[in-house]
Amino acid sequence: MAKARKNNTVKLTFDTLQYAPAPESKSIAKIDAQYDLFINGKFEKPLSKKYFDTINPATEEKLSSVADANVADVDKAVQAARVAHDKIWSKMPAKERGKYIYRIARMIQERAREFSVIETLDGGKPIRESRDIDIPLAANHFFYYAGWADKLQYAFPNINPKPLGVAGQIIPWNFPLLMAAWKIAPALATGNTVVLKPAETTPLTALKLAEIIQESDLPPGVVNIITGAAATGAAIVNHADINKIAFTGSTEVGKIIQRAVAGTDKKLTLELGGKAANIIFEDAAIDQAVEGVINGIFFNQGHVCCAGSRLFVQESVYKIVMQKLKDRIATLIVGDPMDKNTDVGAINSKQQLETIHKYINIGKKEGADIFESNCILPKKGFFCKPTLFTNVAQSSRIAQEEIFGPVLAIQTFITEDEVIEKANNTPFGLSAGVWTDKGSKVFNLTSKLRAGVIWANTYNKFDPTSPFGGYKESGFGREGGLHGLSAYLNV
Amino acid sequence: MIAEKKIAAIPDFSNSPHIDHVGVEERASRFTKRSIKAETKLNGLKLTLNMIDLTTLEGKDTDGKVKQLCYKAQHLHDSYPGLPTVAAVCVYPSMVSVAKKSLEGSAINVASVATAFPSGQASRDVKIRDVKFAVNNGADEVDMVISRGKFLQGEYNFVFDEIAAVKEACGTARLKVILETGELVTYDKVRRASDIAMYAGADFIKTSTGKISPAATMPVTLVMLEAIRDFYYKTGKMIAMKPAGGISKSKAALHYLVMLKETLGDAWMNNHWFRFGASSLANDVLMQLEKERTGVYQSANYFSVD
Repeated sequence: MAKARKNNTVKLTFDTLQYAPAPESKSIAKIDAQYDLFINGKFEKPLSKKYFDTINPATEEKLSSVADANVADVDKAVQAARVAHDKIWSKMPAKERGKYIYRIARMIQERAREFSVIETLDGGKPIRESRDIDIPLAANHFFYYAGWADKLQYAFPNINPKPLGVAGQIIPWNFPLLMAAWKIAPALATGNTVVLKPAETTPLTALKLAEIIQESDLPPGVVNIITGAAATGAAIVNHADINKIAFTGSTEVGKIIQRAVAGTDKKLTLELGGKAANIIFEDAAIDQAVEGVINGIFFNQGHVCCAGSRLFVQESVYKIVMQKLKDRIATLIVGDPMDKNTDVGAINSKQQLETIHKYINIGKKEGADIFESNCILPKKGFFCKPTLFTNVAQSSRIAQEEIFGPVLAIQTFITEDEVIEKANNTPFGLSAGVWTDKGSKVFNLTSKLRAGVIWANTYNKFDPTSPFGGYKESGFGREGGLHGLSAYLNV
Repeated sequence: MIAEKKIAAIPDFSNSPHIDHVGVEERASRFTKRSIKAETKLNGLKLTLNMIDLTTLEGKDTDGKVKQLCYKAQHLHDSYPGLPTVAAVCVYPSMVSVAKKSLEGSAINVASVATAFPSGQASRDVKIRDVKFAVNNGADEVDMVISRGKFLQGEYNFVFDEIAAVKEACGTARLKVILETGELVTYDKVRRASDIAMYAGADFIKTSTGKISPAATMPVTLVMLEAIRDFYYKTGKMIAMKPAGGISKSKAALHYLVMLKETLGDAWMNNHWFRFGASSLANDVLMQLEKERTGVYQSANYFSVD
């Protein structure tokens, strides 16, 4: 301006570094000092007489202690499930089964806030994600499968589908309640009874679900929830009176389970690891693609089996994509999961944090360039900075192995055929993402990528109506949608 | 955020980046999930006041109305000590001299709409005279409208040249270019118009006249902020942003500030680089500030209407 003017510009820190704390209240979460096993509709002391602690990974403080089920406890739970299946659940009119499932769905909704808080305390994920994604989606799975309960003959016409019997279900720690919902809802809708084991680091929301199941008057034994670690899981897998094993977790354990059930009558579905390719073409909407990449890898600290952990960028847009990725990472808020503004919370366990650090070191040793967020991590608890690796080769271990953390391996490509080949050049095949403005390219890639779920111009979208599952070492069988029913039926 | 190079050739605007509407709307809604509390909220509210272009753009505007508005601009709520003033008062060209006189001695700018606002349906000559009239009467800022008809016909050179001519006529006044996003409809077109305006010399890009619905929305503003970011990456030159119309609540204003901060960064977090075009926002912010101070809401009767 030509003439000197008074300055009317107020400089206020709309906080240059971080927003004022906005913590969710913990008071709504009622966590008992000790939890027993939920068997036959009652909480029962473990025959093992043993308990183990579950901690808050953001503070390393103990939240509760939970029972450690041994072989005898597992047997008790399976017997309860068998009796409930044979005497009650498989004989109940299907529409009555549906009513119970609807009731559970509504009760989860009513207590959504409490579930969100406990999920975040026990698992370390940001409260925003528990509140907006995990818990609503878990309720939706129960609602969706409740609707199928009395319509199975329409889902499988002229077949008269029958339940399998007792399902042993073992779930991971990344989406504790949601995975319990994915497993329990279709099993109940199809007339099976359940013995479910949550992961040892995140048992609390499953135990809260047990409380809901108790309150819902579901007949005793239809759902049994037992806690424990690997030995408990093995006892479920090896129990002679179980008809079906459903497992979500690591590929390593998945292989052990598959070996264990080989030669038995047990049906099996495995949802295992992944190393998904997220592919950005030069004609993509770059800002939205960058956002999708961020959500693809940093959602739930990267503890997502379908995380977009490999990024392929077409060379002509590589520079701008990298610049935008780095600027975007600078705005990610890492820290207290209970703060409503936190984008990236705590790593689920010390063990997992060590695994992630191991891979970051491998990446450095392999000569890849590392870029880390400049955020300041809390002193206590298990935290990891959002991390990018560039100059990554197809032969690098960080591009081949599942890290299961907030670490993205970035590669470039030149042609469409090349990126299809590279994206498929992995032992996994759970998911992939394609970013392009051109519809024909989307269809070309979705038909050629060997992955169970492929997202176009979006990422990490889940819906109960949509089947989810993998190719190759990412497992087999589908959960969700109509496909999810057939995994629990003799058809 | 680091800019790359200082000189950029004028690009082919038909190749402006495309926008994925699902993605941009999802991102915009994420900003509304930020929880703004305590000091951050208080500062955000004061900052909002300081970013307002207090506006009256009515056919029935009179000297009296403008004088009262100018007094309000300087005395938002005198019973609350230490409040900032608004950034500017925005009026029609015929009211510029009145506003200028009323704001004498204050640090508040006079902004004038021009170029046959709001339709822009006039000859170039008339538009330039409109701008010069406003500037000669003391306008510090000029809010022009683009020729949407020409833009939608694909005559980008016409639109570009017109903006450049208006910029020249502005002299030292800062130029805000109104895209009227409600008439452009798609995000792709909003992005393209933003690029044209910035390369043609806009100091600000602005969403709307306030006469067309929808006016400013968060996704539209995000598309424009991202255009500003890309322009900055390429040229190192900062462009200011003004969403206008439809932002009347403090909570919405805070969401816009979150979006601004997380898209362009702290350098843009002041009224040189960001404005709200609004008439009723100020009072809602004042109401919130009083609520933060006293713990209770006061009725609208306790805040002057203008």
